[in-house]
Amino acid sequence: MSGKVMVQRFAFVLLAAAAVVLMLLNKSNTGAVERFRTVLLDTASPVLEVLSRPAITLSRVMEEARFLVHLHDENARLREENARLKHWQATALRLQQQHVGLTALLNARVDPSSTFVSARVIGDSGGPFVRTILLNAGSRDGVVKGQAAINGDGLVGRVAEVGFRSSRILLITDLNSRVPAVLEPSRDRGVLEGDNSNALRLNYLPAGAQLSPGDRVVTSGHGGVFPAELPIGVVTSVADGAPYVQPFVQFQRLDYVRIVKHNFDHPPSRSVAAGRGRTPR
Amino acid sequence: MNSLTWRRFGIRLRLLTPGALTLAAVFVSVVPVGLSGLPEVTPFFALMAVYHWSIYRPELLPAPVVFVLGLAQDGLTGGPLGLFALILIVVYGLVSTQRRAFLGRTFPVEWFGFSLVVLGTTMAGWLISCIYFVALVDPRPVALQGALTLVTYPCVVWIFARIARTALRRV
Repeated sequence: MSGKVMVQRFAFVLLAAAAVVLMLLNKSNTGAVERFRTVLLDTASPVLEVLSRPAITLSRVMEEARFLVHLHDENARLREENARLKHWQATALRLQQQHVGLTALLNARVDPSSTFVSARVIGDSGGPFVRTILLNAGSRDGVVKGQAAINGDGLVGRVAEVGFRSSRILLITDLNSRVPAVLEPSRDRGVLEGDNSNALRLNYLPAGAQLSPGDRVVTSGHGGVFPAELPIGVVTSVADGAPYVQPFVQFQRLDYVRIVKHNFDHPPSRSVAAGRGRTPR
Repeated sequence: MNSLTWRRFGIRLRLLTPGALTLAAVFVSVVPVGLSGLPEVTPFFALMAVYHWSIYRPELLPAPVVFVLGLAQDGLTGGPLGLFALILIVVYGLVSTQRRAFLGRTFPVEWFGFSLVVLGTTMAGWLISCIYFVALVDPRPVALQGALTLVTYPCVVWIFARIARTALRRV
């Protein structure tokens, strides 16, 4: 074996060992690895921003085409839905008035107000081991680790890494995601866990919890990481063990999300939503 | 600057083609497509690039470059830092030392070799991620990514080869 080949083999072994050491460092959550990640994210984000534009334009065109094909059916469906929603609007207005009156009567403490930062999705992990997306908003826009990310349909995930001009969202379907949730009809509380598939599992329900397919699940606000009452999904199956929940958000079609700047009166506690692995400490 | 210096500079630049294409492969895998109905995982483009270049031009894609590109893939996808770097460096090490078995053979032989690489990396990647997360990671997305990577390989590598043929001509 020549000297050059020996050096090459040694280099392979050294680099492979370096990769393993990096994984161990990453697992032990050292600050250095996290800083490296955010620097990488900020460096790559301008490139991703440019690359994601044609991709999003293409998908818009495809969606438009699909809409045109189903225009007639869609119109009929919307008319019907509009009639139904008008009825709900009337109900909502009546209940709102009642709510304002009762809140004043009870002198109840109102939930702290929230503000939003809108951000564009510039990257999608696309890998089989984690479920994350990259956004073009970072600390300069006021994004802070741990904040909730939502879109028009419901809860998307939680801010896991923040760079200066970009950030990473851990989707609620990721293996490491834990969201304190409540079943809307029965007010039974549990924790929604992701497993990298498109469905969520609702664990830690109290014994004898009442639930049936079609029940809505919303954030409970416990642990202080997510604001309360953000829609998450509906119960799809209640078979043996933990029930499955189908999220409202269609994760393959995310283009814009909103980061909720929830103004807590007290700092969020770390206990409930902290999860494992790469999650906030 | 005289024309000879410029020519040398141009040649140097063109020698970066395999590295640049592999970097592009890393970026393309995280671009959001935003279409419903498509699978949630994208093919492992960087694996195709590393396999291809470690057979045909390993000297233009040195091991440290492969390592750094693997780290970039880890950083962008948000997975455990070092996982893809480890996979790519091991594939590079194995294939570049066995490249004689593939050189001058027909494309099906190359593709068959790639299927073994995909099988190995898919299983190793799944196993490492299970250990890393201390959990049973859903194997279906991993298997789906492996299948997509294998099926799209001829098409992607054809593009690589076309670009490289133009860029590396007379170099």
